[in-house]
Order: sequence, then C-alpha cells, then structure tokens
Amino acid sequence: MRKTSRKLRLLAGGGTAALIAAGLSACGSTTTTSAASHAPITIGVSVSLTGDFSAEGKALEQGYNLWAADVNSHGGILGRKVQFKYLNDNSSTTQVATNYQDLITRDKVNIVFGPFSSLLTIPALTITDRYGYAFEAPAGGGPAVFAEKSPDFVFVQPTTVVNTMVSAAEWLASLPKSERPKTAAYAADQGPFNEPEIQKVESILQAHGIKTVYSKIYPAETTDYLPIALGIIHSKAQAVLLGTHVPSATAFVQAFVQQHYNPKALVFTSGPQSGTQFLNGIGGTRFANGLMVPAGWWYGASTYQNQQFVSQYLKKYGGTASEIPTTAAEAYSVGQVFQEAADHMHSINNAKLIKALHTYQFKTIQGPMKFNSIGAPNGQSFVLQWVGSKLEPVYPKTYAEAKPLFPKPNWP
Amino acid sequence: MNVGLWETGIVTGILTGGVYALMASGLTLVFGVLEIINVAQGSLIIAGAYLSYVLQRYLHMNIFIGLILTMPFMFCVGYIIDRVFIRRMKVDRVMMSILVTFGVALVIEGLLTMIFSSGYVHLQSGAINASFPFGGMRVPYIYLYCFLMSLVILAALYVLLYRTAFGRALRATVQNRNAAQLIGIDVNRMSSITYGIGAALAAAGGMGYGAISSFNGNSQYDLISRVLVIIVLGGMGNVGGALIAALGMLVVEDVVAAVWSPSWSTLVFFIILAATLVIRPQGLFRAKEARQQ
Repeated sequence: MRKTSRKLRLLAGGGTAALIAAGLSACGSTTTTSAASHAPITIGVSVSLTGDFSAEGKALEQGYNLWAADVNSHGGILGRKVQFKYLNDNSSTTQVATNYQDLITRDKVNIVFGPFSSLLTIPALTITDRYGYAFEAPAGGGPAVFAEKSPDFVFVQPTTVVNTMVSAAEWLASLPKSERPKTAAYAADQGPFNEPEIQKVESILQAHGIKTVYSKIYPAETTDYLPIALGIIHSKAQAVLLGTHVPSATAFVQAFVQQHYNPKALVFTSGPQSGTQFLNGIGGTRFANGLMVPAGWWYGASTYQNQQFVSQYLKKYGGTASEIPTTAAEAYSVGQVFQEAADHMHSINNAKLIKALHTYQFKTIQGPMKFNSIGAPNGQSFVLQWVGSKLEPVYPKTYAEAKPLFPKPNWP
Repeated sequence: MNVGLWETGIVTGILTGGVYALMASGLTLVFGVLEIINVAQGSLIIAGAYLSYVLQRYLHMNIFIGLILTMPFMFCVGYIIDRVFIRRMKVDRVMMSILVTFGVALVIEGLLTMIFSSGYVHLQSGAINASFPFGGMRVPYIYLYCFLMSLVILAALYVLLYRTAFGRALRATVQNRNAAQLIGIDVNRMSSITYGIGAALAAAGGMGYGAISSFNGNSQYDLISRVLVIIVLGGMGNVGGALIAALGMLVVEDVVAAVWSPSWSTLVFFIILAATLVIRPQGLFRAKEARQQ
C-alpha cells in the first residue's frame, strides 16, 4: 500500500515536472525569440491537404508559400528568412488541434498562421490561446469563431463571414422600387459559413419589402441538388441567393439552365469566382453571364502589392488571373499583416504581435484592414459579376469597374 | 400538398436512383462473392469518373463511348487489387476487409489528388444543359441518358449472372465458397473476376456520377456512405435489391427535399432504413432469395 502511494507520488511529481517543463519550453518558444537572432522564422500551419477542404487547403498553402518566397527574396523579416512547417489535418477538427499542439510544443515554431475554415479555426484557437500565440486566420470568420472572444485572434479578410453577402443585399435594396425584385428564394448548406450569410441577407431583404418565397438549409453532405433547385424554381422567385461551394453552385446553375429558369438576380456566396473549376462545370462563360458573387479580393484591384501577387502567382502556378483562388490571396494577406506587425514592433514576440494586430491598420492585397478587440475586421466586401467573359466588380460604386447587369440576361 | 413538386421529386429520384443503383451493384456483388465490405468502392467510382474525364478532355471522346475503354481498364485494376490485397486475407475477412480496402481507398484518393489536384471537375457532354418537357417539368437529357445507361448495364449484369455458365459458377461461389471449390470452381479466380466486375461497374457508375455532379478525389466519402446504405437496405449481396433500394432511397430523398425540406430528406430515409431493418434485419431482399431467381 505504502509502495503504491509512493509510486503514485512519484508519478504525480514526474507528471507535474513534465508539464512544467513542457509549459516552459512552449513559453520559451514564444518569448525568447528575438529580432537579433538570424535563424529563420519558422511559421507553423495546419493545412487540409486531404478531406473536405483539400481544394481550399491547397490554395492556402500556395498563398503562404508565395508570400514566403516574396518576403525572402526581399531579405526576410527583421533580417530573418521565413520558412513554413506544414502538418496535414485531413480537414479534421480533432487533427487540427493535435497539429497546433505539435507545432507549438514539439516543433517549437515561432509563429502560427491559421488553417482553412471556421470549423478548423475554433479547435486550433483553443490551442494557440493556451500558449499565447498570435493567431492570424485567412479563413474562419464565422460567428462561432468570434464568440470565442479570443484576444489573440484576427480574421484577415475585409469583413466577417456573416457580413459577406451584405453588399449584395444592399445592391438589391438600392434598386428603384419598380425594378427591385418582389420575391426572393434562399438556400444554403448547413454550417458556419453559408448558413449565417444567407440568414443575414434574408433579414435585410425582408426589411426592404422583398418577400421570402423559399428558404431552406440543406445538409452539407448533399450531393443531389436537383430537388432543391426544383423547389426554388417552383417558388418563381425573382431573386435567388444561394449559400454554395463550387459543386453546389455548378449544380444549381445547371439545373436552372436545364429548367429554363431565369431569375432577375442570381447571387452565390461562393463558386462563380472559382475560375475553370466552375466555368467548365456549367458549360463556359456564356452560361456565367450575369451571375454574382461577393468578394473581398479581386485580381484586378489596385490594392497594395496585388499586381505583384497576381504576377508571381501566375508565374509559379500558371493559369489565368481569373483562376487564382481567393483563398490563396487571403493566405498571402495573412503574411502581409504579420510582416507589418513585426515591423511595427521590431519583434516577432507573440505578445507584442498581438498588441500590434489590435492597434495598427494594415495594408494587404485585399485592401486596408483594421481589427477590433476580438479580431473582427471593419471593412466591406464588394460584389463581382460575370459581365460577358469577364468577372468584374460592380458594387459598391467605389470598387465598381462595370455597371451591374440587371436583370440577369437569360440563359443562352 | 403540392402535386407539381411531388411529381418532379419522383421523376428526379428515379433517374438519379438508377445511377446510384449502378454504383451500388458493384459493391453488393463483391460482398456476395468475396464476403468482404469493399470500402474502396467509393474511390473506384471516382477513379472511373476521372478516367472518363481524361478521355473526354484529352481525346475528346464522348463520355458514354468512353466506357468501352474505361470499364475494361477498371476491370483490370480491380482484378489486380484483389490479387494483391484481398486474396491475402485469410482470417476474419469481413473486419480485415474494412481496414484493407480503406487503405486501398486512401491510396487511390492520394494518387487522384496528386495527378489531378484537388480542384473540382465535371464531365462535359452536349446533353448536360439540355432538357425536354415532361409532365409540367423539364427532364434533363443527361439524367435520362445516365439512367438508361444504368438500366442497360444492370440488365447485362443480370444476363451474365443468371443466364451464363460463368454466372452459375459465380452464384455457386456466393452460396457456398467451400462447396463451390469442391465441385471444381476456381474460387480465387472467381473472386478476382468479381472484384474486377465490381470495379468495371464503378467505372460506369463514376461516369454517371461525374456527368451530373462536380467531383474531386475526396468525393468518395459522401458516395461510399450512401452506397453502403443502399446495399444494406437492398440486402447485402443482392444486385436486384440494390436497384430497388437505390430507386426507393432517391425517390424518398428527392420528394422530401422538394416538397418538405432538404434538411429532412436524409433523416427520413434513415428512419425508413431503421424501420426496415427492425422488421427485416436482412434488408429488403436476401442474397439467397436473389439466387432463386
């Protein structure tokens, strides 16, 4: 009995010592790094290279790598090169937490950048908060993320997820009453991205007298969108606003074309900006004419370093400017924000970075950004529309390069 | 009650159900003969879809004609998978097969993502955006063509299984592997051929799926769960049961999604599945009943 309790005490003591050592080691990695060191700055990221978010994960990695290459070619940050340490999370909410734990305690990375999606950001944030790491997220601006009220977090996009479609709603509401659609249909997949966006836009349009004639949330694992499309068509809505990804956006357009259904306005949360992935699925740009999508970044924007980003992306990954994934641009912006924060503080100490992130305004390829105490950005998205064979910003006027096509031209 | 939506839900459910039946037929056939749960079927379906994509994109081949090449190719892939992985499993085959075929699925997924990247693709055909009027709705030609293709292939499978000497040997293997071996049937060869047929059916099902949906290497996860549910409902190892279950499942899902709410469609289907399994734990049809056809 005595032996057992002694063993237990030893184990407890050993465990405590190990925990303290691990804690000190982790703290050390965040606090002892100084600008004087010339070792490369290691940035840890959990990235979804497989699973549901693999397409976005790949784009995320591209954006981060492109930024690192640009920074390193200009001498690095505070005289130090940057290098990434990636761990694949398979789009899993449990693996992403394990990955950030490993990156911080085992790999002792200096800095961490965010993964793709709100779904993965929340468990990641729990870990990074525990170790006091600044957490700059390229994606993950759903309401549930801000509900965490993390003091270490910033969401590096012009606006939060829930407000992304607001610009499109404002545009519809700004139309003269005689032209404004009288009815609207809404559908979105369940989850932290599209559902809150669509719900917000529905409440705005209802307040402007646009009657809801169809409003449904469908499971995220849906593969057959035709019955939902048929429900929308049956409602005869004059405006259709859909919370989508590439496969669902493609399926809805196909169904509407097949059924000869032409609403006056057709707006997607995501899809039409995805280049060939979307265009090949719907049969080319002639079927894209008039489709709308809100965005925080556009390849033609004259924002800070945007043209440099676009040309470097095309040089490294090929394709055309319209095919550059928005997620890559968002990841690149995360790097820009980190670099400016480090320059402001002359340090990559995480506590100092956190202070800088909530103090200064930052220049990014998505435009200028400033964050509030819980990391929410204070900017606004804009509306892109396929006009002929080009995707152009059409609203608000400050961003617009073309007049909105309204009503949407009929399918060819 | 909205009659228009009911009608459209039934029509789209039947058309889509045909494609799912084709995807499920390979899985249920493999279970019947090899007595394994082939979790790799979803990734084989997606591999088949990508093969059709390659032929259509680079050789400008019609996706339906392309099946003349993709089905034999996938047959060979399936035959090799059985020889290399499945045949080696000697004990606890059902449980082991889940692990082994999941590994195979991950390898196939990894290869597809490496070769084609993780971007979504969609098969192209002149029929994709075209439709014709039918009972107050418009039926997309691509759905109709895929449905007809599924019926033709499933009919050919029926003839192969029930009207040929090979089919008799195969059904004997389904009934009793040991007895089949005793009467001189090469059970191992029969198993490899069956896995090959399952993969060939996946190629056709994948083409149908890719023609009506965008896909990437990860699309297998949504598919395999649905296809597994179909074969459980239809009766494991029963091809005819899979057809009926697929049609029933998709009709229920599409009607509920169109008339009521898409968020309830899957739930309603699972309630029906659970109720069916309580009354008939073996599914709607047993493999034995199928053998008596």
